[in-house]
Amino acid sequence: MMRIKTPKKGRIKRELEKRAPKLVETGKKTLILHGTKTSSILNSLLTEIYHLKKNDSVKYSRKNDNIRPFESGGETSLEFYSLKTDCSLFVYGSHSKKRPNNLVLGRTYDHHIYDLVEVGVENFRSMGSFLYDKKLAPRIGSKPFFAFIGEAFESVDELKHLKEILLDLFRGEVVTNLNLAGLDRVYVCTALSSSKIFFSHCALRLKKSGTVVPRMELVEVGPSMDMVVRRHRHPDESLRKESMKTAPELLKKKEKNVVKDAIQGKIGKIYIPDQKVGSVPLANKAKGVKRERREAKMKGEGYKHTQKKQKQDAE
Amino acid sequence: MAEPQYEIDLGNLMAFNPHHHFVSPPSSREEVVKEAIEQGTKLVQAVADALFHLPSTEDPDGPIVGLPAPTTKLPREKPLPKPRPPTKWELFAQKKGIKKCKKEKLVFDEQTGTWKRRHGYDRVNDDNDIPIIEAKSTDEPGKDPFAERRKEKKSKVEKQEKNRLQNLKQAAKVGALPSHVQLAATALPISGTQAMPKKVSKDELQNVAGMAATATASGGKFDKKLPGEKAPKHEKKYRKFLPAVEGSGMGALEKQQTEKVLNKLISRNSHEILNVEKAVNMYNVKKEKKQRRQGRESSTSSKLKPNKKSLKKTLKKGSSNKGKSK
Repeated sequence: MMRIKTPKKGRIKRELEKRAPKLVETGKKTLILHGTKTSSILNSLLTEIYHLKKNDSVKYSRKNDNIRPFESGGETSLEFYSLKTDCSLFVYGSHSKKRPNNLVLGRTYDHHIYDLVEVGVENFRSMGSFLYDKKLAPRIGSKPFFAFIGEAFESVDELKHLKEILLDLFRGEVVTNLNLAGLDRVYVCTALSSSKIFFSHCALRLKKSGTVVPRMELVEVGPSMDMVVRRHRHPDESLRKESMKTAPELLKKKEKNVVKDAIQGKIGKIYIPDQKVGSVPLANKAKGVKRERREAKMKGEGYKHTQKKQKQDAE
Repeated sequence: MAEPQYEIDLGNLMAFNPHHHFVSPPSSREEVVKEAIEQGTKLVQAVADALFHLPSTEDPDGPIVGLPAPTTKLPREKPLPKPRPPTKWELFAQKKGIKKCKKEKLVFDEQTGTWKRRHGYDRVNDDNDIPIIEAKSTDEPGKDPFAERRKEKKSKVEKQEKNRLQNLKQAAKVGALPSHVQLAATALPISGTQAMPKKVSKDELQNVAGMAATATASGGKFDKKLPGEKAPKHEKKYRKFLPAVEGSGMGALEKQQTEKVLNKLISRNSHEILNVEKAVNMYNVKKEKKQRRQGRESSTSSKLKPNKKSLKKTLKKGSSNKGKSK
């Protein structure tokens, strides 16, 4: 025997619907936490990342000693938190002698660990250390520009992975309409070597230029650091395929036989198949033409004919 | 230095320069930073160029531009939702060609001649408003038609609930249960053996107390009784006394009783579990059979006889040889 359980309050129902899987996904939330031991650098870095993503991130302040992302057993706590806070991205900071200023950036799929990248932070400069005109400060929640420089981002596997994760982390929501006046931040990542990148957050200043497009000027505002890639884990092939699936309805169908011409506009070609002149049955048959009728007449009313003939003969 | 062949992803506002490398190893940090900012500026300028050339609509806050979809594919965070299977009614409606029609909130009530709402307070066709129900020829005199109507409505509602549950179960089978619905089991599933939990009958329950009472020395005579409890079927201890006067001979009960006791005693203490007479009979029968067979065998040679015994062995399922061989 089964019983249907539905939430009694509308608020809870709405929350559940927000967390349900959707056809087109809205922005991912980030979980920021730290391990047993953190350095002051890591602390300020984690708070700054939290400030950068204020409206869609959750920061835990307690230490979590049972989380070890790269070990097989140490992920359960992370997955549990991801489930409870509905966060699919996480940033985990820890500090040890072997791995100083360690930052693990990871993603989850269906609240299970999808992939991880571990970076070490060097030469960190916090937001407070930059001096700039306060009017330029980027607003919270604005859509950022991304600039990736260096061939290493394409050739080196780890940096490619890191690029994907950084894009996912700082991208925000995918929007269709963008207000051009609200563009004010850039994330600049330069590959210094095959394992080190320089990451910086800059504000944009749009200056008047002769054309419609304003001239861009970058002013360093936010945290800047060197990231050294330490370890990384790629997602399972099957998991990757499943997560990259898009709904079949969303795939745009190719318009066939349509050509857009500058002079004539939109032209479509209609292909007519060959007419089978012999085999197509005629639509309206004259009643007398039907063979069956003729035959039936000949057979059935044969005697009548003869009778008539006789009469005529007689006459 | 850098060829203007940046990979631009407008949907993500991203630009990637795959052709840049530091010409000289950067001497100081500041140079690195400067170089990075410079390159970054160029890239952002390229993106902005493409962005500002998109068709824009004017707005009090600023020009609004329609962004294209991002080109870099990023993984989803949750699996794709499965489409819900059509419900039984939906299938039926599809087959019959029934289309949903939008219902008006106000309906004209013929009785009062006013517009009343369809659902809610003071509604059209309210069951409680019917003052008189005319009796039909098929009606029995004792039945209450108002109660009948209420019962019918209740049964309809129950049927609908059952159908809804069935539809949800179908959806749950596919994995397409709506996010706010959970199906909870009201009874525990059968675990362990496949036996159904035995439903105790009323009679059995009534006898339970009596059964427990037999464990006491006095047979439950002095047990405290609960207010509604009936007297047990067999009140006292089980005791049987032989009749005072009886004859001797075959039917003599006392003799039977003592014989029974003696037999039990003797059979327990004797080590012979053998029933001698029976054993002798069996031996004799076997011997006779063997003699008869030998008599037949001597007439015909044994080679021509069909090997019945071996056939029997192969027909055995899971023959013992398999298990015994090491």
